[in-house]
Amino acid sequence: MLPTFTYIKPTTLDQAVRELATPGARACSGGTDLLGCLRDRVFTAEKLVSLNGLTELRGVTELANGGLRIGALTTLTEVATHALIGAKYQVLAAAAAAAASPQLRNQGTIGGNICQRPRCWYYRGDFACARKGGDICFAKEGENQLHAIFGGDVCVMVHPSDTAPALMALDASVRLVGPRGTRTVPMGEFFVLPSKDHTRETVVEPGELVTELVLPPPPALAVSTYRKLRARGAWDFAITGAAVALGLRGKKIESARVVLSGVAPVPWRVEAAEKELVGHELSDALIERAAQRASANATPLSGNAYKVALVRGAVAEALSDLRDKG
Amino acid sequence: MSDRGKQGPCGPQGVSRRGFLTTVSSSAAAAAVVGAVAPTVAEAAPRDASEPTPIVLHVNGRKYRLAVEPRETLISVLRERLGLTGSKPGCERGECGACTVLLDGSTRYSCMTLAVEAQGHIITTIEGLADGEELSELQKAFIHEDAYQCGFCTPGQVMAAEGLLRKNPAPTMDDVRLGMSGNLCRCGAYGHIFKAVQKAASTRRAGGAK
Ligand SMILES: Cc1cc2nc3c(=O)[nH]c(=O)nc-3n(C[C@H](O)[C@H](O)[C@H](O)COP(=O)(O)OP(=O)(O)OC[C@H]3O[C@@H](n4cnc5c(N)ncnc54)[C@H](O)[C@@H]3O)c2cc1C
Ligand code: FES
Ligand code: FES
Repeated sequence: MLPTFTYIKPTTLDQAVRELATPGARACSGGTDLLGCLRDRVFTAEKLVSLNGLTELRGVTELANGGLRIGALTTLTEVATHALIGAKYQVLAAAAAAAASPQLRNQGTIGGNICQRPRCWYYRGDFACARKGGDICFAKEGENQLHAIFGGDVCVMVHPSDTAPALMALDASVRLVGPRGTRTVPMGEFFVLPSKDHTRETVVEPGELVTELVLPPPPALAVSTYRKLRARGAWDFAITGAAVALGLRGKKIESARVVLSGVAPVPWRVEAAEKELVGHELSDALIERAAQRASANATPLSGNAYKVALVRGAVAEALSDLRDKG
Repeated sequence: MSDRGKQGPCGPQGVSRRGFLTTVSSSAAAAAVVGAVAPTVAEAAPRDASEPTPIVLHVNGRKYRLAVEPRETLISVLRERLGLTGSKPGCERGECGACTVLLDGSTRYSCMTLAVEAQGHIITTIEGLADGEELSELQKAFIHEDAYQCGFCTPGQVMAAEGLLRKNPAPTMDDVRLGMSGNLCRCGAYGHIFKAVQKAASTRRAGGAK
């Protein structure tokens, strides 16, 4: 049984913001992450504010500048199968298609996906861990084979989202609305490292909600892909993943984004690997060097040194895939 | 729960064996009233958290009007209030697929869906596939291909397959594997399940049958 809460389904954004601003209120989109957290008593909710009455937050629209607006309530299935996303932003379509299971993709939204809470077994379990306001991160000394090899600090959880690294590789930004109006935050500034604040994953303030994701027009000749490594072939979180987007002129790489999933408390952008790529053509040697760069400076824990090799593999496979396509 | 109503749910064909048992035991008495009612949305100011909210659910072609607590999941309402016990609660965490139903034709986990949120959608459960006593081609294919052992996961598997075939009437084996990847089978009947789905797909294509 879920714990008790009240429920309200606003039909306007104003009403949703007002309802969300009350203490103990939580936004509910697909509920695939939220209900699990409530059932497991990870945190509580006085009131669920269902966003599903806000039809304007659903769907994908092309922007005048050639970019794309994706409403926060758009389901992962819609993102994975949308023709424009598949044609211009392959990495996002691939990441959405690789997330969770068919049922969860039919239900889970992209807004909920980037706002989902950590999957760390101590956080989800009966432990008063640092992220829940306790003193220690149990994973540091405990079972940490699925935890961070980059960016860990007070907490070594990994960010569970597949779509977030893809959105970051596409230089997307997040539109938020709250009691103090609207604001736009680049994906690169949306997530919060534990060294800054280990009790939150995103910059979303209480009372705020994500309304849409904005994708800039892709470079004239752009290729992108997502390589996800996991224990099962489907329906599992990334142990390690690589979202890669390249802008090309002929065969030469003009711009590059390499963002890792499953290895850090935030989607982990590796600029060293990007720099290695820019100005060159994709060759075996270049792919090897970039993959090497992506995995450099990792600080594995007692049980997850294997992830360093996975990073190298995921980046190399993603780049090889793009070379074959490009 | 026994104070919520007394009218047991029974299919259009009359009282099912399970419906009879649950009505008699009264532990799962449901407040299901069949009839035309305008959908009520819980838009009013929230009241006491445990106070039941009146809702209307459209399940298998019938309208049910009942009062639920906001925290009640669709699987628990289907089973405990409406007596539709075909959908199975396995993990109740979105991990096993035993609770799979269709919402507006798309597969969904009823354990991760609040009953209040299922309002305004067309819900189809395993009980809604057969035409009276006549099983659907998909259900028959599961029997012919021996696509189960203990049978616990079967209703969820069948609903996942139904959702898949509605979207993709001619799936390749890879499409079937991926489309069915949200459903676990502890007995490991996967090979037979996949065959059943492909068999049903070709029967449907050949005959236009349901
Ligand atoms: C078994 C299982 C496997 C999974 N596997 C994967 C996987 O492989 N990859 C992956 O990426 N995800 C995975 N997930 C997570 C799931 O796919 C995502 O949680 C889903 O996209 C969340 O969307 P939702 O709409 O259901 O979010 P909800 O559960 O409704 O919300 C999630 C969180 O975000 C907040 N929120 C929701 N919408 C908004 C908004 N618009 N603005 C601000 N805050 C908001 C909620 O308050 C809540 O805290 C898995 C989940 C399960 C249960
Ligand atoms: S009971 Fe719903 S997925 Fe397991
Ligand atoms: S038949 Fe037993 S769990 Fe699938």
